[in-house]
Amino acid sequence: MTQAEALQEYLLRLADSDMILSQRLCELCGKAPALEEEMALMNVALDLVGQARNWYEYAAELIDDGRDADKLAFRRDTQDYRNLLLTEQPNEDYAVTMGRQFFFDVWHYFTLKSLTESSDERIAGIASKALKEATYHLRRSSEWVKRLGDGTEESHRRMQDAVDILWRFTGELITPDDTDRVMAEAGIGPDPDQLANDWRGMVTEVLTQATLTPGAEDAWMYMGGKHGEHTEHLGFILAEMQFLQRAYPDATTW
Amino acid sequence: MYAQLVETGAKRLKTLEEMSPEEREFQEKVDAETKIEPKNWMPEGYRKTLVRQISQHAHSEVVGMLPEGNWVTRAPTLKRKLQLMAKIQDEAGHGLYLYSAMETLGADRDEEIEKLHQGKAKYSSIFNYPTLNWADMGAVGWLVDGAAIVNQVVLQRTSYGPYSRAMVRICKEESFHQRQGYQILLDMMREGTDEQKAMVQDAINRLWWPALMMFGPHDDESPNSQQSMAWKIKRKSNDELRQMFIDQTIPQLEFLGCTAPDPDLKWNEETGHYDFGEINWQEFYDVLKGNGPCNRERINTRKKAIDEGAWVREAAVAYAEKQKQRAKAA
Repeated sequence: MTQAEALQEYLLRLADSDMILSQRLCELCGKAPALEEEMALMNVALDLVGQARNWYEYAAELIDDGRDADKLAFRRDTQDYRNLLLTEQPNEDYAVTMGRQFFFDVWHYFTLKSLTESSDERIAGIASKALKEATYHLRRSSEWVKRLGDGTEESHRRMQDAVDILWRFTGELITPDDTDRVMAEAGIGPDPDQLANDWRGMVTEVLTQATLTPGAEDAWMYMGGKHGEHTEHLGFILAEMQFLQRAYPDATTW
Repeated sequence: MYAQLVETGAKRLKTLEEMSPEEREFQEKVDAETKIEPKNWMPEGYRKTLVRQISQHAHSEVVGMLPEGNWVTRAPTLKRKLQLMAKIQDEAGHGLYLYSAMETLGADRDEEIEKLHQGKAKYSSIFNYPTLNWADMGAVGWLVDGAAIVNQVVLQRTSYGPYSRAMVRICKEESFHQRQGYQILLDMMREGTDEQKAMVQDAINRLWWPALMMFGPHDDESPNSQQSMAWKIKRKSNDELRQMFIDQTIPQLEFLGCTAPDPDLKWNEETGHYDFGEINWQEFYDVLKGNGPCNRERINTRKKAIDEGAWVREAAVAYAEKQKQRAKAA
């Protein structure tokens, strides 16, 4: 794998993960447990689509085959999507929604933090702006994990269940593959060991404060999203998200 | 206009002579355009009417997120998705802001929301109509936010200070939404395919009359309207506002190259206004009574969100309490 190929792959992973998680949050519009949460969820979702657009635009320039950011987002099928499996998991209850967000946010925060020092200036620029947003997202989701974990008996049970349900999707966040290694060696992406340590450290800290038990370090992990092998959920997400683009392929302006 | 048919409890207007000294002082203040603030004395009827009006408005913002939420997962481009999300976020913000204004009158947000879920409180009838194609996102912004602005611009001068200030802020954001909505339609009409153009006309056909209904019934004989006007909670009659909206909207409609589903619509040289056909009032009252296409779905969705979120809110309260105890112990 050349560095150029790895870079395109890497950008699509960042973009697709933002895009799909945002799509999941959009599904909650009008259905959040409080009005303040409506605002906050939409705010986070909005940040993520904004970031996705920046990553897609850069990826489109590098891929340079006539597709723009919209085509990348709305005209690729599941096997071409590179999002983390975690991001496509269903909302379920608010504990799962917030647990998913928290595991993602920790990864996102440390990834972006490292990317602000990327040798690729365009990436560093996008990451600097995104990091401010991700910092807020992480503060918010860790607070919720603590509130639910250390709230009532019911919320504790639900939050622990959420951790148990989602744990098998977290391995993908911190298990590097060739693309990750090429990016790290080029000084473009984060150092995989550092990222894994940071992620584990913060997750353990917050879960402990939340009186929750993390999954086992040697637990079996479900991976594949980064290579286009997804859970069954993604097909339905894309069917909805890409409905107009596929039903009206001749439309060039919306 | 997000508040239709607000009960004032008035059978007829009192004259200044019939009022108590407090009432008279209050009315003179209102007449002199002095804003009433939360700590000022106010008649109970004024307070109750305002609570009803502001809560209706707040409920409308929140329920109004649902027809847009119906398309936020299916927006056609990243730009349109971002715009729609920002609009929905603004609406949640307006809801919060309005509930706060309402709470300055001693009302409780949770109680008022409970009334909504029990079907005892209203919200704008427009949100009981479905959004069936993407152009509805344009038409809602243009016509629904447009109609709301016509009313709310006038309400910036409403007599109750916190409500008036909320209107100033909300109007700014809604004007932005309206322009964005119109742009969605204009882009589709100018550069879209025949299918897209048909979507635009279809959206207008469906939403035209419901948008005109947003201004409420004729108010010639209504004691509610007269009382609200005297209190300057309402500043113009429903019919005046509806006419203003039509007069400003028709040129925009023509510029789009679309038509309104009203054979009686025509410019009247003598009056300097557009004449238009009679609204189907039976439909209006049906929708208000709960028999619109989406009344059940809208309320059920809201009720389910709040009911199923109870354990989340309870956890937040329990956690905050534990934190307080820990801070004390430390």
